Amino acid sequence: MNGYNFTIAGASLMALGSGALWWPDQNLLVVSDLHLGKSERIARRGGTSLPPYDTRDTLNRLAADLALCHARTVVCLGDSFDDLAASEALPESERQWIFRLQAGRRWVWIEGNHDPGPVEFGGAHLAELPLQPLTFRHIAHESAAGEISGHYHPKASLALRGRTITRPAFLIDSDRVILPAYGTYTGGLRTQSDVLNTLMRPEALAVLTGPMPTAIPMPR
Amino acid sequence: MVPRAPHAILLTMQHLPEKFRNWFSTKGWSIHPHQQAMLDRADAPALLLIAPTGGGKTLSGFLPTLIDLHETPHEGMHTLYISPLKALAADIKRNLTTPVQEMNLDIRIEERTGDTTATLRKRQRADPPHIFLTTPESLALLVSYEDAPRMFKGLKRVVIDEIHALAESKRGDQMMLALARLNTICPDLKRVGLSATVDDPKAIAHLMARHPDPCQILQADPGPAPDIQMLQTEEAPPWSGGGAAYSIPAVLEQVKDHNTTLIFHNTRAQAEIFFHKLWLANDDSLPIGIHHGSLDREQRARVEGAMVRGELRAIVCTGSLDLGIDWGDVDLVIQIGAPKNVKRLVQRIGRANHRYNAPSKALLVPANRFEVVECVAALEAVLAGELDGDPRSTGPRDVLCQHILITACAGPFDEEALYREVKSAGAYSSLSRAGFDACLDFCATGGYALRAYDKWQRLIQRPDGKWQLRDPRATRNIRMNIGTIQDTDTLKVRMQRSRGGKPLGEIEEGFAATLTKGDTFLIGGQIVKYEGLREMTVEVSRDSAKKPKVATFMGTKFATSTQLSARVQRMFTQEDWPELPPHTAQWLELQRTRSQLPQPGRLLVESFPHDARAQTVIYGFAGRNGQQTLGLLLTKRMEEIGYSPLGFVATDYATLIWSLDPVTDADALLEANALQNGMEAWLAGNAVMKRTFRASATIAGLIERNSPQARKSGRQATFSSDILYDTLTKYDPDHLMLEITREEALRGLVDFGRIEEMLARTKGRIDHLTLPRVTPLSAPLFMEMGRVPVKGDAEERLLAEEAKRLMENSGLAQITPAASDKPRWRVGY
Repeated sequence: MNGYNFTIAGASLMALGSGALWWPDQNLLVVSDLHLGKSERIARRGGTSLPPYDTRDTLNRLAADLALCHARTVVCLGDSFDDLAASEALPESERQWIFRLQAGRRWVWIEGNHDPGPVEFGGAHLAELPLQPLTFRHIAHESAAGEISGHYHPKASLALRGRTITRPAFLIDSDRVILPAYGTYTGGLRTQSDVLNTLMRPEALAVLTGPMPTAIPMPR
Repeated sequence: MVPRAPHAILLTMQHLPEKFRNWFSTKGWSIHPHQQAMLDRADAPALLLIAPTGGGKTLSGFLPTLIDLHETPHEGMHTLYISPLKALAADIKRNLTTPVQEMNLDIRIEERTGDTTATLRKRQRADPPHIFLTTPESLALLVSYEDAPRMFKGLKRVVIDEIHALAESKRGDQMMLALARLNTICPDLKRVGLSATVDDPKAIAHLMARHPDPCQILQADPGPAPDIQMLQTEEAPPWSGGGAAYSIPAVLEQVKDHNTTLIFHNTRAQAEIFFHKLWLANDDSLPIGIHHGSLDREQRARVEGAMVRGELRAIVCTGSLDLGIDWGDVDLVIQIGAPKNVKRLVQRIGRANHRYNAPSKALLVPANRFEVVECVAALEAVLAGELDGDPRSTGPRDVLCQHILITACAGPFDEEALYREVKSAGAYSSLSRAGFDACLDFCATGGYALRAYDKWQRLIQRPDGKWQLRDPRATRNIRMNIGTIQDTDTLKVRMQRSRGGKPLGEIEEGFAATLTKGDTFLIGGQIVKYEGLREMTVEVSRDSAKKPKVATFMGTKFATSTQLSARVQRMFTQEDWPELPPHTAQWLELQRTRSQLPQPGRLLVESFPHDARAQTVIYGFAGRNGQQTLGLLLTKRMEEIGYSPLGFVATDYATLIWSLDPVTDADALLEANALQNGMEAWLAGNAVMKRTFRASATIAGLIERNSPQARKSGRQATFSSDILYDTLTKYDPDHLMLEITREEALRGLVDFGRIEEMLARTKGRIDHLTLPRVTPLSAPLFMEMGRVPVKGDAEERLLAEEAKRLMENSGLAQITPAASDKPRWRVGY
């Protein structure tokens, strides 16, 4: 599998080009901020009618990652649904698809700020998941160590001779990993933003997603 | 032509009301023939006046209104005036108020633009003035209110100023749709258009009149021929580039010899650089200002004010000064760089000697050797009175989608009636019912193959068949997003200071992303140093560097018009060129001996080795954007054929491609069908295409630039329109928005229409010459900026290289395991 290997709190992890995080020793795949049902939520609230293919596309990519790594456990780090009503409004075909992906593996829904309650899909619903030596939660705690979180949708830009590449990125230091958003209809927060600068240590890395995940010093 | 004999004027003056006759005589004026002609035809349903700048155009438009209001008392709004510029509306208000006060007429005149206060706007809707001055966007907004029928009740005339500037844009299309709506409210509404000199008045008349009403065209006396020349300098222009720095001493001399000079540039970046260099050479400290669209509004207003007061000797500017604002005492216009478009040149020249009957004076400054040819061709076109214009296709449907939403804001509508109304706008007169229905379906349901939003449709049909908004709260978002002007995403630039430093202007977000702390760049004529980004504002400090390291914003590059390109090609068929300076004539002569000059109706392709690579030049004369697209398509074709292309560069007339292997079969490479097929595939993944999509999707209401929610939730809640484009291409390739995007790609930045025009013009008649060395005509291409490397895996490779360099420089490389190794290190404990 193509990924960027690193170690945190003694656990060896791999940041995948898709934006998912792979923990081989535990056979565990982490994805964050799927925002399933986003287009439906925007339409419901009187906004524009975005192409209703976002859930399909996000699940397509998740299925592809699962086909590659055969994870026994999947952890969704919160904001898996754009809101709780969106989780109920998914079309039947997409609901069945999620059930198929869940079959034969452990599935953990971490609560996010968009989906703060239990959803009517199988699997465990947790505020956070401790799994020695790591802790999985939606929003990073400043004092935590060995923490895997999402929420901020980090993205990093790099100027290359005459062109700038901006991509969703993992942020990694000795205390924590912040995952990029995995959902198709998601934007990003620049690594230069104050909140990310406060959370991450000066020597933090940004791993740009894409065909070949690439580590750079976190752009400040 | 209107009669010009003096007795005719005296005679018709008799028809003016006494008050007006007296006013004209106290001013010592007589009524212009075309002003009288406009009065005589005041009852025509549509009337188009073509008059040069300064021909008393405004008064011609308003005289019938003033007289009618003087003779017949009127309740509510009588005349609606629409101008493309806010500043112009303010100007007109001043100019109209003078005669109204001097004649002591009881007429209320008010303007409404984006800058008008909320209180006044509210009052204007309840109690509209007699004469109402506004812009197309403000009009579209007013039409979206439920009380529009009350506000515009009794409206008799609409005057559209500078209609030539609107007729070629989506702003004009939106305005005409709004007028179609007004015509339904006020069936007897008369339309008057005021236009500068244009190539095809009939085309504007067709757009302007309510279809199928006739539209009379009045031509005012065009005035004396302009005095226009090419600047002669001792030093020959350089072989390439667009800066014309060589001309600075000569330009300064001209500025000294005239009262006020306007120095026009084709791009903002060029204006900035030229201004900077001009200032360095300005030993006499002449007061010179700069004016372009990226500068802060206050700064622009300061320059405009100084100019009106006659305090400036010169203004370096771009198209932001193109429109007919009254600038007073401009006596010279200098155009830096080939004008690219004869019509625009003529309108710019009109800026000089803004007085009727005085010849305008203008100088053309070619920026490079090829532009010498182009300038001479443009000069001949001006003298021959031959203007260029690109025929417009039918009205763009993204604008129609926005109009449907605007209509829904005003209240429930009947689709049949709306379709008829839309077709009464000239640009949409040939719109098919199916084309209209697709737009309505898009507005109502999103128009997706997957009918996902039945429950959440934006528009729903009532039992009586009328359409209305499902959620009335949507009106707020729709109104916040009215308009068709597409600014690229820009960031404000401010001086760094404790709190709220001086605003300088804006730069493109893409450019800002390339800056790192300490980089210097030019804005508003000064060099500033990039300090950082704070809350989406670029903070800078003053810098004393002599040479800015980084160029400014990208801006649009105009492409040379089809007609001007054709003229240049015709010049190439001449025996010799007495009209050209010797250095340029000799250059063309040399090309004729070493290779050949491109011939009209044929396509010249040259292949020769240079720089250890195979070089191929295609002289397509398809304009900058078209040649750029041609470069992208051909390098893709070359990759398939196996020539291993490495990169290309494009100008207005040619594309140069370098490759590992020489092109042996130009016919196969340029085969029309293969190019068209390549276009389809290439379009899908192209960045320019994504930009085109974004513009149309924003206008059509799929993407909302402004929303109250977005302001609250910040940037990670919004996502790139590229994602929508990719999703649609993947799951719904026949969607209306992609169809519209493909229609748009025929013009604009992709400009595939010009490539099709080139293919039609040359019909496979290709002159492919294989030569031993660089040819004279191709030589400038080797110095041209903006070389494009062939993409593909290049981006990933560049990324890997740059990441490696950064990691090594930062020292992080030593403490991080290589990607392929088993992890051995912990990150920095």
